Amino acid sequence: MSIAANPLRKHPIAKLLAGAGVATLLLSACGANPGTTAAPGSEAKDTATAFSLLTPAENPIIRNEFAALAKDQCVSQDKALPLKAETVAQSDVVQKITLLASQDALPVSFVAGTAQVKPTGDLGKSGLAADYEKILTDLGVWDNILPAARSAVKAAYGGNMASLPYQFNVEGIFYNKKLLAEQNIKEPKTWGELVSALKKMKEAGVVPLTEAGSQGWPITRLLGNYIFRSVGPDALKDVQEGKAKLTDAKYVEAAQAIADLGAADLFGEGITSRDTDTANAQFLNGQAAMTYNGSWMLANINDPKQNKIGAENVGFMPFPAVDGGAGNSGQWPANAGAATALSAKSYGPKVGDWLTCVAENYGSSVMKNQSVVSGFRLNTPVENIPPLTAQVQGIVGEASETLLWFEALFDAKTTKDAQTNVSLLVTGQMAPKAYMELLQAGLGKAK
Amino acid sequence: MQNVLGDKRAILILLGPALLLFTLIKLVPVLWSLGLTFFTGNPLSGFEFNGIENFQRFIEDPQALQALLFTLKYSAVTTVGQIVLGYGLALMYVFVLRNASNFVRTVVFFPTILPTVAVGLLFKSLFAVGDQQGPVNASLNALGFSSVDWFASGDGTFFVAIVMELWRSMGFFAVLLYAGLLDIPEETMESARLDGATGFRLVKHIVIPLSLPVLLSSVIFSFNNTLKVFDTVLALNNGGPGSETTPLTLYMFNTVFGYSDYGYGSTIAFALTIMCFLVTLFIFRSSRRDNTRA
Repeated sequence: MSIAANPLRKHPIAKLLAGAGVATLLLSACGANPGTTAAPGSEAKDTATAFSLLTPAENPIIRNEFAALAKDQCVSQDKALPLKAETVAQSDVVQKITLLASQDALPVSFVAGTAQVKPTGDLGKSGLAADYEKILTDLGVWDNILPAARSAVKAAYGGNMASLPYQFNVEGIFYNKKLLAEQNIKEPKTWGELVSALKKMKEAGVVPLTEAGSQGWPITRLLGNYIFRSVGPDALKDVQEGKAKLTDAKYVEAAQAIADLGAADLFGEGITSRDTDTANAQFLNGQAAMTYNGSWMLANINDPKQNKIGAENVGFMPFPAVDGGAGNSGQWPANAGAATALSAKSYGPKVGDWLTCVAENYGSSVMKNQSVVSGFRLNTPVENIPPLTAQVQGIVGEASETLLWFEALFDAKTTKDAQTNVSLLVTGQMAPKAYMELLQAGLGKAK
Repeated sequence: MQNVLGDKRAILILLGPALLLFTLIKLVPVLWSLGLTFFTGNPLSGFEFNGIENFQRFIEDPQALQALLFTLKYSAVTTVGQIVLGYGLALMYVFVLRNASNFVRTVVFFPTILPTVAVGLLFKSLFAVGDQQGPVNASLNALGFSSVDWFASGDGTFFVAIVMELWRSMGFFAVLLYAGLLDIPEETMESARLDGATGFRLVKHIVIPLSLPVLLSSVIFSFNNTLKVFDTVLALNNGGPGSETTPLTLYMFNTVFGYSDYGYGSTIAFALTIMCFLVTLFIFRSSRRDNTRA
């Protein structure tokens, strides 16, 4: 065929369309088919050949405890369906789960993105993540999940019991008792008292409030809590439902309060590039007076190698009240760690046996081995619990109302925008109103 | 041999497998990505046709515009730096160090072989502030200046990124341009010298015009590489603070893998491809003149 006779050669647009057509055909073959998902428990046989467990590389708590259970209380389950632990970097979770799910290769239990497991999320919509409430109820072990933990999980994932509370974290402010006592500062009860205390600590030459600013979320947590204390516990739910906007005066006031902390240099030098290890070290070496963090920090506080100020010198207090605010300090921010979902397709009797064993033993085991507070009932009494851990355990048991975190109800992009731009907010490069406008615009686009 | 190459079937047999492989691994993904620009969704949720909405969104997206401008700014500054420093070093190798340039060439080239992420972490430490103060701020303090939080602002991060990239890549461009300079015939140089051309005049009237082809290749190479900058800014400050140092590549990566929006991510990739194409075309066009004329 001569070049001139080739119609595709003569018409480049025809070539383009042909290419696009090929791509379209390929794409149509690529989409997931939600209709093929099996209902949990409907399979008589196990399809999984191992209890594959995918957890975040940065957090070894769950995989370490599963490994301990596999050698002790769950040894027969491990023999029937061997535990196979894998890890993924937290930042790659959404990407990895999207690809594994589209290839029908999800592990039995896996970490997933918060937005993915909600009813409107990709896993929630396609029914690929099992409902733990139904499964554990069928297995007769649902009572092993503490009521407060159940509600925290459901609140975070849009009503879905899409994860188990392998960690049940409450968040608050850890403070150095000795440093505060030296400056005659009592535990601050209000935001005003907290700011005064921080300013006093700065004058004393210590870092007043250290946070891992490079991560973004430790600072947006402060913003979210200020909003919960000033506007009320439903403040961010109202934003999600369109009853309020982040650009409303009360919400902008909260952003202003956090920007003011930065302007007064109360986070110390280099806040925007400070990582988690550095922030923890600053507090545990006695260089910083306070840090806002979750109860997962107890593992660092109870480790004498890391904690140079002594566990007895560390106090824990709730985020303070805001004068005239609708919230109060009895409302604790709480979460159940990263979403750890269960593959609906992989569920079978052997997986059920594993879940029964985990539900009955995980709580006591993780408390005994790692001093971690979980949302599972302690079926075996654990002795010699460190005092601060016992205090947190008491808070978890008594908490009547828990709060979510600032971005819990945001989509993935607005969450990222909130966490990356907050460094501009605390360094005065972005006005509080502009910051909230950016996030509100993001929420508007996501709807 | 002429008989074999004159036979169309022989050519097909010889080229066919390689052409097929090239098509499969190069053209199919490109076409696939092009097709995705008209869809929204991801492999898990499925794809939904949405016409030219992604392109409209790209035009109206302030973050995309910010990423585009940063990409162009970074590319322009880095390319100028790479070519000027690389050419300066190459001239130094040829005219000053001459045969003794081996050691210097090796030392200056060395950072090129280091992984970018490792270099990023190195520069992060060099410019660190706070408890783990880096040598740069320590030096500023020693000279009586206060510390600078380089990574707290877009300009500071941009400055560090440029310094880092130039340190890492100037040795490579120096070697590339050095090879071009070695191709200039010694007789031409000698006759220019006899005619009285020395120093800057020799470089301006003889060396630059005669090394223009390799210089042009270096500019195209540098522009196309720096337009696709990714690991440098990711390792240094993750595109921050905010999204002030986020180039199009990182924005595309976040959109596809962070927000699971494959369609819009492909649209950003398409825009980047067009940009690379236009820049290359522009450089080629602007060089299509007779360089022997003044």
